[in-house]
Amino acid sequence: MKTSRNMLFKIYRYDPDKDAKPYMQEISIEIESTDRKLLDAMVKLKAKDDSISFRRSCREGVCGSDALNINGKNGLACLTDMVSFPDGKPIVLRPLPGLPVIRDLIVDMTQFFKQYHSIKPYLVNNDPLPERERLQSPEDREELNGLYECILCACCSTACPSFWWNPDKFVGPAGLLAAYRFIADTRDQATNERLDNLEDPYRLFRCHSIMNCVDVCPKGLNPTKAIGKIKDMMVSRAV
Amino acid sequence: MKARIVVGAHYGLRDWLAQRVTAVVMLVYTLVIMAAIMGGAVSSHAAWRGFMAHGLIRILTFLFILSLSYHAWIGIRDIWMDYIKPTGIRITMHVLTLLALIGCAGWAIQIIWRL
Repeated sequence: MKTSRNMLFKIYRYDPDKDAKPYMQEISIEIESTDRKLLDAMVKLKAKDDSISFRRSCREGVCGSDALNINGKNGLACLTDMVSFPDGKPIVLRPLPGLPVIRDLIVDMTQFFKQYHSIKPYLVNNDPLPERERLQSPEDREELNGLYECILCACCSTACPSFWWNPDKFVGPAGLLAAYRFIADTRDQATNERLDNLEDPYRLFRCHSIMNCVDVCPKGLNPTKAIGKIKDMMVSRAV
Repeated sequence: MKARIVVGAHYGLRDWLAQRVTAVVMLVYTLVIMAAIMGGAVSSHAAWRGFMAHGLIRILTFLFILSLSYHAWIGIRDIWMDYIKPTGIRITMHVLTLLALIGCAGWAIQIIWRL
């Protein structure tokens, strides 16, 4: 078995202090069999050219820092296997689409988090605090599976054309998944307010269920399904 | 002055639901017409005229035209909402779209009732 292979990377480079406009840098490195994930390769790239900038932290798909556009598809560098890239084809790395670029592969996520905050991502319960925790039945807790695991890497929202056109008004798949996480929570008492907050042609109904979000989610979550459930709840409260 | 983003129009559900319902109406109508064509019920111009003049088909065609117009209104309005940002131009496009669709629907209804 071949232990190392030479791989060509094409990396989006842009330093607003120096560059008039973005360009693609070509750089090749030796990939050993121990470089298991794309993030390992990127660390090597940075060792070769230390001006390359990207975010990273936990390197195990939990922090959501190293979301990139990899060969045209959003994903986490730390969860992308190097063996998934065929020989002889360059690996094209770009920043997440649709967000302003700060430098190279680092994007400004302000808009993304503003939308996340707009859905009040915390439990609203006005009852007096119980002695211990607020309890849920196992069945009620089951409903939160597939919702709470979101790491806010923004792969989904930046793969969504509706979010590209209206990032200031459309909550986006990540925000709506989080919104449903609290709507579905039996301990939450603000369900009506939450639905009111989303009943808007932009905030919720820009979603046309094209499922780009489902396609790219590195955690295997399904925002489209959650959005469908929000719509179902709105229908059942209106008719 | 800092431009603030104002959202919270409190509509959207009705349009979303209407888009689904009108889609079902159009699907049913399409199936009826396809069945008529496959079944050979409309082999000649005279047969087509007779078929379209039938009471039930007239009602179905009428519902189809209304559904198509409403469905198209929501779809085209969504396109304007995505791509046309200045409020003045957008409202003009909305009004023109509405007028065109209402005009076409009225014309189509006249054609069915003239048969």
